[in-house]
Amino acid sequence: MTVRVQEADFDTGAELDRITRGNKRIGGLAVFVGLVREMHVREGLHRDRIDALTLEHYPGMTEKALEDIEAEANKRWPLEATLIVHRYGRLEAGDRIVLVAVGSPHREAAFEACEFLVDWLKTKAPFWKLEETPAGEKWVGAHEGDDAAAARWEKRRQ
Amino acid sequence: MKVRYFAWMKRTVGVADEEVAPPADVKTVGDLVVWLRGRSTGHAEALAEGAAFGAAVDQRTATFDVPIGGAREVAFFPPFTGG
Repeated sequence: MTVRVQEADFDTGAELDRITRGNKRIGGLAVFVGLVREMHVREGLHRDRIDALTLEHYPGMTEKALEDIEAEANKRWPLEATLIVHRYGRLEAGDRIVLVAVGSPHREAAFEACEFLVDWLKTKAPFWKLEETPAGEKWVGAHEGDDAAAARWEKRRQ
Repeated sequence: MKVRYFAWMKRTVGVADEEVAPPADVKTVGDLVVWLRGRSTGHAEALAEGAAFGAAVDQRTATFDVPIGGAREVAFFPPFTGG
């Protein structure tokens, strides 16, 4: 059970080694790595490319929110290892933003819990994206698809 | 009590955080929103009725009916867009 919020990049291989080493009960490790995608936005007649963004967060609340989400995943699935590393600050297209890894004796729980963690952290952890466009800075609006993705896990709660 | 603002709300209000001492009849997050609107046009715009924003009391997500008595920190922010 580890949650980290940091400005620095992370080494995916080293992180995965660290959470699985010495735990022989883990039979499957599901991993999600979120990257900054090169995007295009239409602003009037112009089509702008977004090359970078700045991720703002709420220090203190972010860690609490991620720990709550991680605890919820551990309640719902039999997990041996969970890791969430989320970056903040200025990130460029191609940079890693987030790492979510879940180890479980069996793959089904690992896949499901990993997807759950990603869906929930998008809607429940206090991060805000500020995109850099040639026309200036622009705050990203919430994505309805993310709310729907998070909500389907609410329904599954018994 | 410290009030904090994030993302575009911080720019609209004009400060990242401020110390406030609301009167005793300001009992909930919703009461605080209404009271803060009177502080400046920036506050009124950021915290306008119908604006999409959420709140946290002492760093836990809170709905507008949550009491703020004894709270050290109340935050207001737009919907989250991380991940």
